[in-house]
Amino acid sequence: MTSTIQTSVQRRHLPFSVALGLGLAIVIIMASLLSPYLMPFDPMRMAAGPRLTAPSMKYLFGTDEFGRDLFSRVLIGGRLSLGIGITAVVSGLLVGGLVGLFAAFSGRTIETVLLRLIDVLYSFPDTLIALALVAFLGPGIGNATLAIAISLVPFYARVTYGLAAAERAKPYIEAARLARIRSGRLVRVHVMPNITQSLIVMGTLGFSSAILSASGLSFLGLGVQPPSPEWGAILAAGRNYITKAPWILIFPGLAICLTVLSFNLIGDSLRDIVDPRRKGRS
Amino acid sequence: MTSKPLLRVEGLRKSFSANRHTVHALNGVSLALEQGETLGIIGESGSGKSTLGRIAVGLETPTAGELHVEGMRIDTMSPRLRRDKLRRCQMIFQDPYSSLNPRLPVGRQIGEGLFARGESDWRAIDATVADLLDRVGLKREFAKRYPHEFSGGQRQRIAIARALAPDPHIVVADEPVSALDVSIQAQILDLLAELKKQGDLSYIFISHDMAVVARLCDRVAVMHRGRIVECGSVSAIIENPQHPYTRNLLDAVPRFGRRRTGQKPVVVRLPLHNDGDCFIDVGEGHVVLQSASSE
Amino acid sequence: MSAPYLSVRNLSVTFPTKAGTFHAIDDISFDLARGEILALVGESGSGKSMTSLSIMHLLPEAAEMSGRIEIDGRDISALGRREIEDVRGAKVGMIFQEPMTSLNPVLTIARQMTEGPVRHNGVSRRDALATARTCLEDVGIAEPDRVLAQYPHQLSGGMRQRVMIAASLALQPGILIADEPTTALDVTVQSQVLDLLVDLKARLGSGILLITHDIGVVAETADRVAVMRGGRILEMGAVDNVLGVPQHDYTKALLASHLTVEKGLMQRGAQCERARQ
Repeated sequence: MTSTIQTSVQRRHLPFSVALGLGLAIVIIMASLLSPYLMPFDPMRMAAGPRLTAPSMKYLFGTDEFGRDLFSRVLIGGRLSLGIGITAVVSGLLVGGLVGLFAAFSGRTIETVLLRLIDVLYSFPDTLIALALVAFLGPGIGNATLAIAISLVPFYARVTYGLAAAERAKPYIEAARLARIRSGRLVRVHVMPNITQSLIVMGTLGFSSAILSASGLSFLGLGVQPPSPEWGAILAAGRNYITKAPWILIFPGLAICLTVLSFNLIGDSLRDIVDPRRKGRS
Repeated sequence: MTSKPLLRVEGLRKSFSANRHTVHALNGVSLALEQGETLGIIGESGSGKSTLGRIAVGLETPTAGELHVEGMRIDTMSPRLRRDKLRRCQMIFQDPYSSLNPRLPVGRQIGEGLFARGESDWRAIDATVADLLDRVGLKREFAKRYPHEFSGGQRQRIAIARALAPDPHIVVADEPVSALDVSIQAQILDLLAELKKQGDLSYIFISHDMAVVARLCDRVAVMHRGRIVECGSVSAIIENPQHPYTRNLLDAVPRFGRRRTGQKPVVVRLPLHNDGDCFIDVGEGHVVLQSASSE
Repeated sequence: MSAPYLSVRNLSVTFPTKAGTFHAIDDISFDLARGEILALVGESGSGKSMTSLSIMHLLPEAAEMSGRIEIDGRDISALGRREIEDVRGAKVGMIFQEPMTSLNPVLTIARQMTEGPVRHNGVSRRDALATARTCLEDVGIAEPDRVLAQYPHQLSGGMRQRVMIAASLALQPGILIADEPTTALDVTVQSQVLDLLVDLKARLGSGILLITHDIGVVAETADRVAVMRGGRILEMGAVDNVLGVPQHDYTKALLASHLTVEKGLMQRGAQCERARQ
């Protein structure tokens, strides 16, 4: 009785943090999707205006060292950053999820070995793994995406394993085992529907870390190559002008910050909603 | 004992190790379930009664000892063969909430067991599921609903239907009514008795509640610290308990016409049994574990 | 019998829901004197636990309460948060179903039992410790010093419940509210805890409000009983009268559905008989 009352009270209004996160995310995603229609200049066209112009009504974010319009570049750059992020998260989640499920449902030995392996990889920061991989694969947008995806695999494997192992211990799974339901079907029919919600939440949280990695790699010149306008790449190119034209760093930096912030806000609050144990603790 | 018992365990041991401690859940348990009988296992937490039930359906493997199903020793078989032999052993769990998948219609949960048995036509499965729901006293159209739409008693009926789906010979019921309201408990017990009458079923009924055991079981095994300390017909155990632990257990059951006075009764020192202790027969298959050292 | 220590008059608790107002407790009144055990018995959803929560002001925020609750001659229904803290513990002790959740796993028993008195009542730590020791002895713990040095997880379920009861006795409350105190315990341990409650009643003169679903427990432990269903008290009186000569149909049904060992044997016998015919 009391629990239903509490949930109905909680659902009445969206928490401020979720509203803020969602609002920001919508603006960022829409801006990136619609960038060809929104941007006032061709982002690649040099000397669209004078070099290193401060922000003004004409050049909202100012111009860079080649006189390219920064506003247009940041807008279109969002497509690259978000694109890399989404591709990396989806593929990382798929592979990591499969590894995690496999570990949870294929016997003690495989479980132990896989878990140890995941733990070792997980103990490295994911940006470091991505960095090492790109150094090995060579720079470029494709390799960077691949590297970020791989760097996310241990995290998602660990999370999926944890969720699946918690589910595995429940009596309804034991009942299904007694009915001799095969492992594959058990996972598909019984386990997956109970953990997808949580996985989507973890996907949202991983997304911000992927964006950070992407920008980081590009900043180091290992990811998106100039003159492509990825946020990290713009930062990297602008770092020589930090005193003369700080806006080259401020605006792409702000874009990265806000994107990461918005997805973290959404992810955190979704996690609280999905996971009742964390309710009221945040 | 003329016919071969349906299920027989011999010298069953099980230990769990956790944090460098080893917990001995079972210390050599031997027991037989005859065709068509309801065998009660009664004991308190930590007595090993649930572990015994879980071994009987194959959810745990014993550390030592033998497990025979329908006259065949199965603990030495390969996992695949063993699983096949144990297909006719199903279980009903205590908690009617966590024992059902919250995100799957109940009909589907019952049907999955039929699907796994080789039935692939879902229309035929749905028909059988409806029949099963009917058998456990629920409406046929409940199949489409989700667990949260049902009360505790109804959920337990669904769990029973699911256990019946693979057409089991043995059903292990682990405290199936202890999470339910009193008025519902009787209904579920009646249902279990009724189902047994209809089909070729035998129960292992695990409980801490003497009254529930008295109502449903033919024989009772009393467990204490991983051993069976007394076993016999339910009336013999209740009317003529021999082991001090059984007496303690019976005496603790709340009853009408007795008042607590607040004076603590003299605690009977319970015998600590060793592996060498033997059962003595006090008549009609009523056996009591006797401490060798006390004689 | 002495004047009632706890007096509940026309207590109602409602919750606003989408479907309208839900009456969790619907106009109940009862008294509890020191030195007696009053049992509130009913099935889940009968309002018995809600009653204890209202006395302790522990209702969920959405709940609306009306009526009058007097403890030791003082109306507590309108007390503020600070004042009710004083009533809890000093006037009314509370014992819950699951002792583990009300004990802090990382503190020793000594720490948990002295924390409240030291902080809220300005008692010195040494005095608080002495009281704790006495209380543990009161609940039949033979070696209080050993238990005081232990952590909750080192104790058995029965011991934990004893410690909880001891802790609730620290400020010498006039009454104890025991909400399903033995439901999570084994039968033999339950028996000991019930013996202890009766013992506390006789020795310390505590009044005990025993909330339970088990009518067998009521029969051998309580002096008076109130049968609850749907937030109302259907029948109240001395245990022998209510259980011996039940007036309300629900009480009769509750007694009929209660399983006892003897009844179980008889019913099984009857079933076998029918099967044979």
